[in-house]
Parts: sequence; structure tokens; C-alpha cells
Amino acid sequence: MNDEAKRPATLLSEWVGRQVPAAADWLAEAMERLGSGATDRDLYLAVSLAPRKVGKDDLTLDEADLSSAERARPGWSPAGWSVDQAARLAVLLAADSDDETFARRLDALFRTGDVGELITFYRGLPLYPAPERHVARAAEGARSNMKAVFNAVAHYNPYPAEMFEEGTWNHMVLKALFVESPLYPIRGLDDRANPALMRMLCDYAHERWAASRPVSIELWRCVGPHADAQAIDDLTRVIGSEDERERLAGALALKASPDPEAARRLAAAPELRAKIESGAVSWESLARR
Amino acid sequence: MMLIDPHIHMFSRTTDDYEAMAAAGVVAVIEPAFWVGQPRTSVDTYIDYLSTIVGWERFRAAQFGIRHYCTIGLNSKEANNEALAEGVLEILPRFLLKEGVVAVGEIGYDEQTALEDRALRAQLELAKEFDLPVQVHTPHRDKKSGTTRTMDVCEEHGIAPHKVIIDHNNEETVTEVLDRGFWAAFTLYPKTKMGSERMVDIARRFGSERMMIDSSADWGVSDPMAVPKTATLMLQRGIPQADVERLCYANALAAYGQSGQMNETDWLEPAPVDQRTLFEGNSVLRGQSPVVQEPAQAPARADEDLLIE
Repeated sequence: MNDEAKRPATLLSEWVGRQVPAAADWLAEAMERLGSGATDRDLYLAVSLAPRKVGKDDLTLDEADLSSAERARPGWSPAGWSVDQAARLAVLLAADSDDETFARRLDALFRTGDVGELITFYRGLPLYPAPERHVARAAEGARSNMKAVFNAVAHYNPYPAEMFEEGTWNHMVLKALFVESPLYPIRGLDDRANPALMRMLCDYAHERWAASRPVSIELWRCVGPHADAQAIDDLTRVIGSEDERERLAGALALKASPDPEAARRLAAAPELRAKIESGAVSWESLARR
Repeated sequence: MMLIDPHIHMFSRTTDDYEAMAAAGVVAVIEPAFWVGQPRTSVDTYIDYLSTIVGWERFRAAQFGIRHYCTIGLNSKEANNEALAEGVLEILPRFLLKEGVVAVGEIGYDEQTALEDRALRAQLELAKEFDLPVQVHTPHRDKKSGTTRTMDVCEEHGIAPHKVIIDHNNEETVTEVLDRGFWAAFTLYPKTKMGSERMVDIARRFGSERMMIDSSADWGVSDPMAVPKTATLMLQRGIPQADVERLCYANALAAYGQSGQMNETDWLEPAPVDQRTLFEGNSVLRGQSPVVQEPAQAPARADEDLLIE
């Protein structure tokens, strides 16, 4: 093993080449050509051609590959990518350009992207140079009603937690609930919890209760750490639910609150508290249940 | 029976249509780039429209378990806006390699003007360059000579007839189209022009080779259920099932499949990445055979539908 972290583009091309040897030469040549100065059209063509050259199978990665990814770009998780996505991002990253040119080309690619391309380019967000240039685009993805496109920004992607200001972040979390996307794959979910989000989520829960509609149990995850008196009342209602998942979620949220009142409410439900404190229940296991 | 509607503008249709089509056995649709009713005034809005049919509409269809494909082109009406046409012809190559683009189309003549002719020829050259089939819109007015002229121009540009689907045929045009080796599509209109009854007669006379039917449903009076309805009528009137399957499914697949972008496996065994993205949350297609249903009449809206429970 070499200790030197490889660049993401190198890793991507190695993975694609390993899995689809027949396309390895095409990819290597395309990357080399694009790396030594190429026109916009060359890049757009290579991006368009990628799935035809490498296919659309799932990218096969092992633990070592995922560690390499983490070393190349902390927080980057290519698990769940497909080979065409990897190839497209490899050529995009290989193209020789300054930050300005990169941003302009990426913008053009987004503007005319098909569904698969949009997903790919959003997944690539953590790998792009000058990350601050892409915040508005990422926020647009987080407003998408195409769930897979939304997920490409929100799930297993370190970019939003690193780059979104609070308002954008909060709306992304709320949007996830609206499009019925799980919250646990959102990176930085606990670190970015904040009082404004807590309030938005509690208001949303009240709306849903008023309409007799179910409330995602994951909603309470972002409520607990900043719960005010009213939210603690809401959580008390939740631990009294008939649904065990809801009760456990409410208990986890109360446990996350630094407020002594939250601890008292949880203490009033010793059975739940015991389950939570046994460590057997996590937000993710609960959401997946 | 699985059905394909190879010409329908879902951009202008509702989710009710998607639901009814899926329930009637439609597994795939082809959405030709067209004139949206309101003329576009800049290439930018045209770009957004093309992005919509390779992006958003594809997603919308997938929510109902229907595979969505499209054809990309500058329609004949808007070819007459010279400034717009120049801009659109320039950006078309950006779209022709998008996933699910099965032809250059719908292109052809409207009033058979010089500008329309120029756009048609430029796009035939693009079809050659990108090795894509061509979907031809034949004019509503002066149809017969317009159809003949379009085929002449295709031949002049060296496009093989088997790569060209001539749409909106009728009894007057079909013989020449088939004789010259082109594909012949028939659009079923609910009121005037070609109707389901006439299509049954055409199937009796001409069989099913190199022919297909479509609805061309759009923002006007049109019927997105035209293909399932006509398939049912043909079966009722004794057209052999094998012919009905060719007219309503297999021929469209064969003609547009020449693009390499449309395969039966797309709906029978979609790639895992497509199942996660395009068919996420859809229970119809999950790496298994779709629910195959006999085509049915569109459920008429009964008074009971208006009751709110």
C-alpha cells in the first residue's frame, strides 16, 4: 500500500478500468486528451458517451477502495455508485481547466443534463475544485422533486453539511421529509442540528398531526438536541404513542436534550429509558426497521 | 399484452393519463420534441424544453412504471423562425447522445417553406452523424405530396429507409411509404382524421409489417389511450394477435431500438441503478416482469368518482 493519497479522478478511473477492462483504454485516452487541453465539446461528448462505453452496472468496491476514497477526500463515500457515474466524473475531473472554466462547464452540463447526468453531477459535488462556487447549484438540487436527484445531493454526500448555510440546510432536511426520503443517510445531520430547524420540524409535526397524517420518526432526531419547553411537550406526546418505533424515537430525542426537564420526562418512562440506555437502539436502526 | 405508444407528448398530459396508460398495459412511450402551442422566442427556452423531456418527464413517467424515451429535433413550425432555428440547430448535438434519445424528430414539413427545408436537411445530416433513426412528421395540409417530398429528401441525404419512421399516415400515403421501404406510423385521432375503425381496415389490407400506431396525444383534443383502445378493437374485430402485437409494440421497438437506446430489458429487467433512480418507490417494476394486463377502455369518469369519502 502506498501512503500517498490518490486523487479522486485517479481512483475513479482505476475502479472503472478494473471492472470494465474493455473500456479502460477509452477512459484512459479520454482523460489524457482532456487533461492536455480540450474543448468544451470534447468534454461534453466524453461525458455523454461514458455510459455507452462502460455500461451501467453498480460499481464494485471493497473496504480498501472505500478507505482510499476517504483518504483522497475525507467524507467522500462512493458506495452505491454505478460505473457510468464513476466514468463521467473521472473525465469531468480530468479535464484541464481553471476554477472559472470548470464552473462554467459544470453549469452547462447541469443545464442540459438528463436524469442520470443530474444524479452523477450532484454526487460529484464533494470532488469539485472551488467548492464555494457550486453552492447555488447544490441548493437547486436540494429543491428537486425528482427524488433520486434530491438524494444525490442529500444522501451520503458531505457537501451540504460543509457548505450550506443554515437556511439552506434546514430546508434540505425538511424537503427530505416531504419527499419521504430517509434522514439517516444525510451526512452531518446531528452536527448541523439547530434551534431554527427544531422549530420548523415541530411545526411540521403539528401540521401532520392536525391532518391525522403520520409523522416520520426521524423528524425527532433533529429536535432533541435543541428542544425547547414546547418541543419537550411534543416529545412527551411521542413517547406515549401506540407505535413502538415512535416511542423509541421520542425517547432517543429526549435523551439528546441537555434540558433537565427532558431527563425527567424520560425518567417517567423507565422501560423506554432502559431500552435506549442499553445502546441497542440507534436512529439508523430505528429508521431502517 | 405489452404496449408502446411511440408518439405522445406527455409534457402536455396529466398523471391521470399516466395511470390509465399503465393500467392498460403501456410499458413505454416515446415523446417527440414538438411545438408546445405557444411559440418559443429564444433558444434558451428551447433548451429548457429539451432538458425537460430528457429529465423531468422521464422521471414523471417512471413514477407510474412507464419507460420514457424521446426524440430530439427542431419542429417544422418553429423552423420558420430563422433566428431561433439557427440557435436550436447549433445546440441539438448537445442532446442527441442523451440517455433515452431514440431518434432525431419530429422533423419534416409543415407549410413546406424554404426555411423548413433547410432545417430538415440539416437535421438529416445530424441523424447520419449520430447514427440515429429519424422520426418524420408529415404535414397536415398537402399531405400526400409533402410525404413524398420528405422521403425524396431523406434518400437524397443518403438515409436508409429502414432508419426512417414516417408518421401521421393515412390510406392515401401508406402504399408509397411501405413500397419505398420506410416505416409507416398511424396516428389515431379521436374525432377527425384517422380513427380506430379505419385502422382496423388498414390492418386488414396491409397487415402489420413495418407499421405501427400511436396517439400523438398533446395539448389538443386527443386520446392518450388511443393505442390500448385500438389494440382492443383490432382484437375484437379478428385481427390476429401477432399482428396486433407488431402494430402496437414490437415494430415500434424494432424501429426505434435501432438507436441502441431502447431495449425490452429496460422495462423487463432494468439495471439496478435505474431501479434505484428511475423506478424508486415504484412497485410495478422491481427486476421482475411487469404486471401484464389486457388493454382496457379508459375508465370513464363516473359520478361516484366525484364523491369525497
